[in-house]
Amino acid sequence: MITSLREAVADHVHDGDTLALEGFTHLIPHAAGHEIIRQQRRNLHLVRMTPDMVYDQLIGAGCVTKLTFSWGGNPGVGSLQRFRDAVENQWPHPLEIEEHSHAGMATRYAAGAAGLPFGMLRGYVGTDLPKHTSTIKTVECPFTGEVLAAVPAINPDVGIIHAQRADRAGNVQIWGLLGVQKEAVLASKRSIVTVEEVVDELPAVPGAIVLPSWVLTAVCLVPGGAHPSFAMGFSVRDNAFYKAWDAISKDRDAFTTWIDKHVIGTADFAEYRESVGF
Amino acid sequence: MTEYTTDELMIVNAARHLGALAAADKSRCFVGIGLPSTAANLARRLYPIEPVLIYESGCIGSKPARLPLSIGDGELAETSDAVVSVPEIFAYWLQAGRIDIGFLSGAQLDKYANINSTVIGSYESPKTRLPGAGGAPEIAASAGAVMVIMRQSARAFVERCDFRTSIGFGDGKGDRERFGLRGGGPKWVITDLAVMEPDSATCELVVVALHPGVTREQVVAATGWALRFADEVATTAEPTENELGTLRSLQAA
Repeated sequence: MITSLREAVADHVHDGDTLALEGFTHLIPHAAGHEIIRQQRRNLHLVRMTPDMVYDQLIGAGCVTKLTFSWGGNPGVGSLQRFRDAVENQWPHPLEIEEHSHAGMATRYAAGAAGLPFGMLRGYVGTDLPKHTSTIKTVECPFTGEVLAAVPAINPDVGIIHAQRADRAGNVQIWGLLGVQKEAVLASKRSIVTVEEVVDELPAVPGAIVLPSWVLTAVCLVPGGAHPSFAMGFSVRDNAFYKAWDAISKDRDAFTTWIDKHVIGTADFAEYRESVGF
Repeated sequence: MTEYTTDELMIVNAARHLGALAAADKSRCFVGIGLPSTAANLARRLYPIEPVLIYESGCIGSKPARLPLSIGDGELAETSDAVVSVPEIFAYWLQAGRIDIGFLSGAQLDKYANINSTVIGSYESPKTRLPGAGGAPEIAASAGAVMVIMRQSARAFVERCDFRTSIGFGDGKGDRERFGLRGGGPKWVITDLAVMEPDSATCELVVVALHPGVTREQVVAATGWALRFADEVATTAEPTENELGTLRSLQAA
């Protein structure tokens, strides 16, 4: 249950898998993304509501052939440069996209977690998204006749999240901005959770949820593993790093140099931390 | 009078509208990052009744001491009345009709206030790939009213959007009703030159106020469709010393 991130990725993430590395600004599993780049997984289908820096890195590093998402940008900064380059110029290779809205993606995860084939919402009406996304259809309410948007469940091969802590049995505790962390794990066939600390007993925290060890596949101790995202109670969002990413990612050579030096050229996340200095 | 920038004028204007909504108990607002978040936080500091700030990251009733860079900065969660999951914020709060006002912006806006934040050019081979929809389609559909804040230019204010990411009034009056949308749609478009509102007969955006020193010719030149003006066009009141001072101390915090 509690294992190293290297082993967890080696054992549970395979070429061609559908992966959801989730985190709605908070608790984004950057360290796990880096380990996937290091182990050079290929032909991945990535799923995420808000693909940001770590998905930009996976796309630029050539690991990804399809992206399912609802908002791909660098929050408060601007474009996601590697994502843009892949869509606009097919670099490093073509990227297929399946595009939704946040409400639609959240509904898809909730349906996946609930074991339902699809979810429904009042959404997408009057937009051009259904013309381009085949996974947006409609369904009629059998009680009122109201026509609602229907979207298929998301059931990734592997759900990957960062969280605050686990106990030694592998029960995981999460608090603060919960995003879709719970839904992404419960919707997935396998799951990997990186945590800030492993403790004897989980203390009570207001608003916290617990994912029992028996719904998780692997738990890995990776302090700071969300950086430059954050874990409430342990770290704050490194906004300066997000701003700096724009210049690094804008240029293909600068990006490749950065990935080679800090990710591929380091053995693990602890070495990466030393390498980038946080 | 202190000098001010056009961005400051836009933000102060948006805050004034929010202040009026708060006084009428209609200001549970779904806030996006950037100018809307700044305007909403300014309104919290200027008016006796504060608008309720709701962020799509699940924060309800946020009272940040400084402006967040992202919708998920820790500061928001730590200062909120409640923090809920993302499926919950969209389903129980936005979709269920608990939001009075949503803020939107984008790369393009057309004369019926439809907005594009997806692509410039064709969808299949875009000239510019933009971030995409995020929460916008359902904010546009379900919020009681929508306030658009956008810098105005002929490239951005177009006859027809390259891609319709979120709906304003579709192809004109009656479309929102035909689509069965529950929210009221765009009520104000605040730019760096003017304020526009939908015409009650056609839903086409018309200029209802010009900012100080801005001419009709300037606004027409910065619009890609044959822009019309309301019968009476007001001049926006200049930002007061208090509004500017409060805004600048907020941005410096």
